[in-house]
Amino acid sequence: MSDTTRLTRFEAARVVARRDFHAILFSRAFLFFLLGPLFPILIGALAGGIGGQVQRDATTRLVAVVMSEADAEAMIEARARLAPQVGRALPELAISRSSAPPDKILRETGRNYAAVVTGTLDAPEITAPQEAIAIWSGPIAMIAAHAGSSEVQAYPAVAGRPVATSRAAERSDRIRTAQAGQLILFLLMMLLAGMVLSNLVEEKANKVIEVLAAAIPMDAVFLGKLVAMLGVSFVGIAVWAVAGGAIGLLAGNALPQLPEPALGWPLFVAFGIAYFAMGYLLLGSLFLTIGGMAATVREVQTLSMPVTMAQLLVFFLAASSITRPGSPIELFSAVFPLSSPFAMLARAAQSEALWPHALALAWQALCVFAFVRVGATIFRRRVMKSGKAGRAVKGHVGETKPV
Amino acid sequence: MLTETGTMTRPHACGHGPLAIEANGLVKRFDGTLAVDGVDIAVPEGAIYGILGPNGAGKTTTLRMLLGIIDPDEGVRRVLGNDRPHEVAKLIGYLPEERGLYPAMKCDEAIAFMGALRGLPLDEGKARGRKLLEAHGLGHAIDRQIRQLSKGMAQTVQLLGTLVHRPKLVVFDEPFSGLDAINQGKLEVMIRELAKTGTTVIFSTHVIHHAERLCDEVAIIAGGKVPYAGSVDAARDRIPAQVRLETRSSEGAWRAALPNDARHDRKGDDSHFWCFPVPETGIEALLKRLIEGEAGILSLSIERAGLHDAFVEIAGAAAARALDEDTAGGVGR
Repeated sequence: MSDTTRLTRFEAARVVARRDFHAILFSRAFLFFLLGPLFPILIGALAGGIGGQVQRDATTRLVAVVMSEADAEAMIEARARLAPQVGRALPELAISRSSAPPDKILRETGRNYAAVVTGTLDAPEITAPQEAIAIWSGPIAMIAAHAGSSEVQAYPAVAGRPVATSRAAERSDRIRTAQAGQLILFLLMMLLAGMVLSNLVEEKANKVIEVLAAAIPMDAVFLGKLVAMLGVSFVGIAVWAVAGGAIGLLAGNALPQLPEPALGWPLFVAFGIAYFAMGYLLLGSLFLTIGGMAATVREVQTLSMPVTMAQLLVFFLAASSITRPGSPIELFSAVFPLSSPFAMLARAAQSEALWPHALALAWQALCVFAFVRVGATIFRRRVMKSGKAGRAVKGHVGETKPV
Repeated sequence: MLTETGTMTRPHACGHGPLAIEANGLVKRFDGTLAVDGVDIAVPEGAIYGILGPNGAGKTTTLRMLLGIIDPDEGVRRVLGNDRPHEVAKLIGYLPEERGLYPAMKCDEAIAFMGALRGLPLDEGKARGRKLLEAHGLGHAIDRQIRQLSKGMAQTVQLLGTLVHRPKLVVFDEPFSGLDAINQGKLEVMIRELAKTGTTVIFSTHVIHHAERLCDEVAIIAGGKVPYAGSVDAARDRIPAQVRLETRSSEGAWRAALPNDARHDRKGDDSHFWCFPVPETGIEALLKRLIEGEAGILSLSIERAGLHDAFVEIAGAAAARALDEDTAGGVGR
């Protein structure tokens, strides 16, 4: 034993965290807890895969033809002739009368063109993102060759004009990533933060809480429990991610693809982990306070309902502000502790700036500290009131005989 | 605070050596209800100190304030020389009234964990825990989970966990509660042995004879107040020695020798029991008058007042009744 007469808060929290982490991780209940979400993941992956395939089929096969009227008609006829033999490898063609440049036609609202074909039958040109050019060059060359002559000698060379995605389209795409990130963050937090709730109730049922409270500060108890739960959550997430990845591999590339976030995937994932940790600690500290005040699981459920509802509102707030970066509502979501992790993850998907994340993480850490301190204080004031079996202080006051 | 000398004085002025615990004017309210009302306590280092009072008197709340589990609304406390008890947590062992261990933990792990909370490295705690378990006849249970133990065994494990880090101050809240007579005896031995090693032991109880048998000093607590704190002997000496007389007859001239307020009980058909303080004229004069008056003495003894009598005198009849009811209720007997 060292010469000091007490453990530091972090040493004390570590003792509690280590105990809780091992106890939860090696319990049978945790195994069932791990298995539970795998079924929704499987079902979600299947549904997502099907949905993604449908979406790709529905939205990315239409190619605009901007050629002379004769060439355009010939292209449509040739496509119709080839379709019975070639089938779905051919794009859908639509004649566009627009006089706008091809890249603008590509971004026309209301039409979701995969590519725009211009030029002539002998020298067609495709304007599209690089990957669409790679996909459609061959089929367009085939159609153009059959449109130019009934006896095809050779396919014409197709010139590709790749377009960079516009900032607007880029942002629009990244919103999907932001939304997906927020949703995953929310689901994980709600799923895992519930564990914190039952933990302290169990602690009180075991009556160990007073042993802990006498030995170490209550905020160290709270912090230790939160960190243990966070560790357990990471184990759960790792298991689910591996399972989800395996399902993704089995499903091939049929799963929906998300556009790359502004900060790139590695940083986005890193921030996702950091914001999950902060969001989890914030929500967990609230739940822990509630768990501390409740005597039974039923009481926990009753008391936690408003917090769960409030968390839903906070999520909706952050989700609704995604499309309005820099607006007062988005700034409020980024600053309000409980919505901050969601709002900032959305920012990581949409904005390349790094400093707001450093600021937000520091702010969230400060809030976690404050929440834990306040929760521990409430716990000490409201829970440790009397002796055995929560007996209220029954007065023998006044019965004392003066001496 | 009223001390054994019956005068208001500061604890340090009592002639004690260094104090392990010193509390002055502790007040605690819960939702407006006064739970502890100006408690003063001075526990000398190395003493066995009892806090004696009925359930609901404020014993647990007082101990919790002394340990820093809750803070007093008013008053000051000083534990092992520190105003903030958590600052000296490694030097304190605490057994709460409500025993609690993690059911899935093995015995040695549970002891090691309790030691770790007080700064003892886990490995050392485990090693010490195993030795302690063996020394207390639980060697066969070292690798058993707490849930597999009997209640008495689990209590012993928690007690050992309270002591594994070799604290200088041990606080027990109702330590005899729930123990059978054999284990109560073992615990008494353990408490005496702790005191022999210089460890200060403070425990709360509502069972008078535990306090009477074990304690050097007691604080009598009732209604959140401590009307007496001092040595057990001084508390007993507050009441004059009692004459306990058994006679064959109940009437006669000899009755004039007995004080008017002598307690009288009839014992069967042919004997009467009397209890009263030793008269100022002395026991010889009393005896002479009883013989001359042909009282028919069956037995006569002079007994020093017990702590129970002192409790009645100090805390009042209502508190004493509550104490007796708690004891009769079986808790801690």
